[in-house]
Amino acid sequence: MQATEGVPVLDARGIVKVFGQHTALGGVDFDLRAGEVHALLGENGAGKSTLIKILTGAYQPDGGTVLLDGAPVSFRDPLQAQGYGIGTVYQEVNLLPNRSVAENLFLGRQPTRFGLVRRREIESRARTLLADYGLEIDVRAELSEYSVAVQQIVAIARAVELSGKVLVLDEPTASLDRNEVQRLFDVVRNLKARGLGIIFITHFLDQVFELSDRVTILRNGRKIATQPLAGLSTADVVRMMLGKDVSLDHHVTGIADAARGATRVTFRDLGRTGSVAPITLSVHEGEVVGVAGLLGSGRTEVARLMFGVDAADSGEILVDGAPVTIRNPAQAVAAGFGFCPEDRKIDGIFGDLSVRENIIIALQAKLGWFRALNREDQVELAGRYAEALDIRAANHDMPVKLLSGGNQQKVILARWLALDPNFLILDEPTRGIDVGAHAEIVRTINRLREEGLALFVISSELDEVVAYSNRVVVMRDREMVAELTGAAVAPDSIVQAIAGVPAVEVAQ
Amino acid sequence: MTRPTVELRPAHEPPGHRHRPWAEALLRPQFLALAAVLLVNWLLFPGFFTITWQDGRLFGSLIDVLNRGAPVAILAIGMTAVIATKGVDLSVGAVMAIAGAVAASMVVAGWPAGLAVLAALAVGLVCGLWNGVLVTVLQIQPIIATLVLMVAGRGLAQLVTEGSIVTFSDPLLIFIGTGSVLGLPTPVVIALSLMLCATLLVRRTALGLLIEAVGVNRSAARFAGIRASALLLLVYAFAGLCAAIAGLIVTGDIRGADANNAGLWLELDAILAVVIGGTSLLGGRFSIPMSVVGAMIIQAMNTGILISGFSPEFNLVVKSGVIIVILVLQSPMAASILQKRRIKGGRA
Amino acid sequence: MALYKQLALGAGLAALLSTAAHADLSGKVIGFSQIGSESGWRAAETSVTKAEAEKRGVDLKFADAQQKQENQIKAIRGFIAQGVDAILVAPVVSTGWDEVLTEAKEASIPVVLLDRGIDASQDLYLTSVASDQVKEGRVAGEWLVKTVGDKPCNVVELQGTVGSSPAINRKQGFEEGIAGHANITLTRSQTGDFTRAKGKEVMEGFLKAEGGGKSICAVYAHNDDMAVGAIQAIKDAGLKPGSDILVVSIDAVPDIFAAMAAGEANATVELTPNMAGPAFDALDAFLNGGTVPEKFIITESKLYTPADNPQGEYEARKGLGY
Repeated sequence: MQATEGVPVLDARGIVKVFGQHTALGGVDFDLRAGEVHALLGENGAGKSTLIKILTGAYQPDGGTVLLDGAPVSFRDPLQAQGYGIGTVYQEVNLLPNRSVAENLFLGRQPTRFGLVRRREIESRARTLLADYGLEIDVRAELSEYSVAVQQIVAIARAVELSGKVLVLDEPTASLDRNEVQRLFDVVRNLKARGLGIIFITHFLDQVFELSDRVTILRNGRKIATQPLAGLSTADVVRMMLGKDVSLDHHVTGIADAARGATRVTFRDLGRTGSVAPITLSVHEGEVVGVAGLLGSGRTEVARLMFGVDAADSGEILVDGAPVTIRNPAQAVAAGFGFCPEDRKIDGIFGDLSVRENIIIALQAKLGWFRALNREDQVELAGRYAEALDIRAANHDMPVKLLSGGNQQKVILARWLALDPNFLILDEPTRGIDVGAHAEIVRTINRLREEGLALFVISSELDEVVAYSNRVVVMRDREMVAELTGAAVAPDSIVQAIAGVPAVEVAQ
Repeated sequence: MTRPTVELRPAHEPPGHRHRPWAEALLRPQFLALAAVLLVNWLLFPGFFTITWQDGRLFGSLIDVLNRGAPVAILAIGMTAVIATKGVDLSVGAVMAIAGAVAASMVVAGWPAGLAVLAALAVGLVCGLWNGVLVTVLQIQPIIATLVLMVAGRGLAQLVTEGSIVTFSDPLLIFIGTGSVLGLPTPVVIALSLMLCATLLVRRTALGLLIEAVGVNRSAARFAGIRASALLLLVYAFAGLCAAIAGLIVTGDIRGADANNAGLWLELDAILAVVIGGTSLLGGRFSIPMSVVGAMIIQAMNTGILISGFSPEFNLVVKSGVIIVILVLQSPMAASILQKRRIKGGRA
Repeated sequence: MALYKQLALGAGLAALLSTAAHADLSGKVIGFSQIGSESGWRAAETSVTKAEAEKRGVDLKFADAQQKQENQIKAIRGFIAQGVDAILVAPVVSTGWDEVLTEAKEASIPVVLLDRGIDASQDLYLTSVASDQVKEGRVAGEWLVKTVGDKPCNVVELQGTVGSSPAINRKQGFEEGIAGHANITLTRSQTGDFTRAKGKEVMEGFLKAEGGGKSICAVYAHNDDMAVGAIQAIKDAGLKPGSDILVVSIDAVPDIFAAMAAGEANATVELTPNMAGPAFDALDAFLNGGTVPEKFIITESKLYTPADNPQGEYEARKGLGY
């Protein structure tokens, strides 16, 4: 059954959500029709989860309106949204594992008589209900006795029972195997046939194509497109997710062919079972190796292996031709590596420490416990790198948490530059920072390359990757699937490599 | 080989706050609280500030405050470092009992006192390392990890003393508990020296900064190449060592190792001293001297209650009331209100 | 060291046990559920009970409950299953005994409670042997009255843990003992938590607050440990305990006798660890003669002073596990 045209069941218009200085959603439109599966796509930080939280009542929007069946609504909390007919099922089933299936289905609204729960009635109703979903199980057994897929279906059944108009599936398939996914999809198709509007969030593109009618793509808090999937290719979707969006004041040409120096680091068959298939790669002095791939492709995992955050279980690492052992970050730092992690707040910034201390901390860690940098040296180092990177802070003794995201990112970059590194890994260096700072970071990366540093830069912004990379490594399904050089370092060929178009075509 | 160099330009030193003026430091809520408690003590007992010279040592209520506060101050020195890493050590009271029991049993069994003291310190160190291993290697939450030794440690101490108070007359142990150096009680001299050494150690080396970094953000510390596990081991071992020193003092003081009662609940006083001193239980910035001031505030209160003549049923009520006032005074909200008033005052 | 201890134990027991004369309990099997070994006195009670049993030829089944009632209940059920002749229990708490004691009663096994009472029907146990804490305080007070005569005397008191029954009762008893003697006044009273360290600290405070101790005539401590701490504080203040300030306390643990022998303590009231002696006597009379004992047997609260050979008492007691 195809999606019906007409008044959308759920219609969000011009939704704005601001957190502090950061605009998470800048006027996003989204509409859902009855009887369609509508996929919502976007990289980390694109605004997917913020939008969902607004549609399900967990957040209140700062601007825009939400219409349900054409009438404006505003939800105090998810419970109220549920009352209006919007139910949500998350990746982690949030039911009560040690209660029976039947109890889970009717928890909070058990049929009672004289204040007593009518167990029999609950159980027979539960059986009837689950039969609609093709589940014939013992509803008296504890929920935890069943597989995640069954629990997922129970959660869906409960959500549909409670709400019945709109169902939000937030990464429901992440922990399911192939057969279980199919079973779940059958359930979803069935619900679609019953006329529910279903929002489907996942980062598995093949599942999007298999199940969805339309797709909405978000990037950097804005809607890129809403289109029927029929007629779209994987490459189109990838391009919209990663493609040009921010205008960068840099020239794209010539970098791929820029001169590079001697081999600085070599990773040979570096891998970790269950995380990343072994990869072999060298990075030279004065070279930026860009890394492209979708969320979950293994791009961050590679960086973590290189830096010893996760210990590799195969392969070796050579620095200037000599083997080094890197089993933890301290050893990586000793080998002259630096790593600006993707999640600045969690893995990078010491919020309560001063700007100065944040800058000198890695150097101090390398020097050890007893060779303390004296205050004069600290002030000098912090001053030098703050100036070189144009870190804007009232003074360097203020807590770094008071700086903007872009300045915090530059503080972390300064931390590693102060170490005079051999090799620098940047994971999404421009995420969550404003456009001006964005371009500045890109310029800085280019300058560091020109000064002879070897860099490994992960980014989901293709224009950005192209702007500074000599070579681009493409990751898919936790495997390095392509290494693009020369003219192939261009958004189109990267998109095709990510989308899985055969490498031969890419080379042409 | 070309090394990347970022263009060097002359550094501008930002307007620094290098040395706080002493006057401002003394206006911290902790010093005000200490002064207030001492003042109340003086009002309750006019002879409170009287200090006399007797039998070759200083004698007076103020000296009692320092002397009785020394064990908690010493515990607080070790506890400060642990709390700065976002941890906590509940076992220090029990470790005090173990250390005292070991020292007392050894001198009673005829070992040289010096060796007994070293053994007690070593046992404290081992207890601290044990906590550290539970926290770092087994990754147990500090409050649970140290709870193990808090409960089991007292049992260990009782095993060592066989359930009774092991009394001794060894001059070295008695000197540690009740002797005097240049007129000051030995415990006071030990606590002050330890405070100075520990403060110099953490501030003249990088240890202080690295401990704060681990406490503020352990994950970021790992990414920055800080060997957080080794640092945590060190910090817990130091707390164990401090506990052993405190245990020797209380054992020497009563000339006996009382496994049931030595250090009982003192871990809570030590945590309170650290918190009063301004170190957050969420880790990060810490000050060892301020924790010692915190310990002195607690003891000044205890001594005040003793000499006030109130019925003992009021002890806990009075104590908790004063502590609430102190904690409110140094809460962020009070700080911002004070700041506003200061700005207003400046404009007026 | 162990051998030495045993020898000392033997000598001490001979002194303690010499009073009783007994008929025959030999060959009887008696279970004893002890609380644990949380204090020196408790340890002494255990050793004395074992020695009393050995002396009478009783086959004593000992069970240490480690401060847990559930362990005691398990132990008692075990004793019932073994078909013992009688059961001794030092109950860790006062409630929750009805069921297991009913089981014992149905099995016709007499139960004797030691040193603590319980909230249960009196039918459920044969008798209980305990000291009278009020009386202990009264004996201490009466000793002070007799010792100071008509002279004025300011007394400071080191209380036990606030709210504990020995602290309440020993305070009440002492006040009864000095009642009607206006020359004796209780000037200060603080808790020393039954410990040496706190006893010393509190006494230090009292000495400062009372003009260096010049106006203190006597210190009354609810237990000997606090008195031992107070004695050290008095010495540190440059006064002579035992003469400048009189020291009277309760429990009669070995260390107070050592202080007494050194002239630093004046009196202590015994809380005897020998609860088992009277218990065995009562069982003897009941099992062999059918005599039902009184429901509450009160142990003697004996006063010891330097006239009672403190050095000998010290030697006799120090091996008992105090």
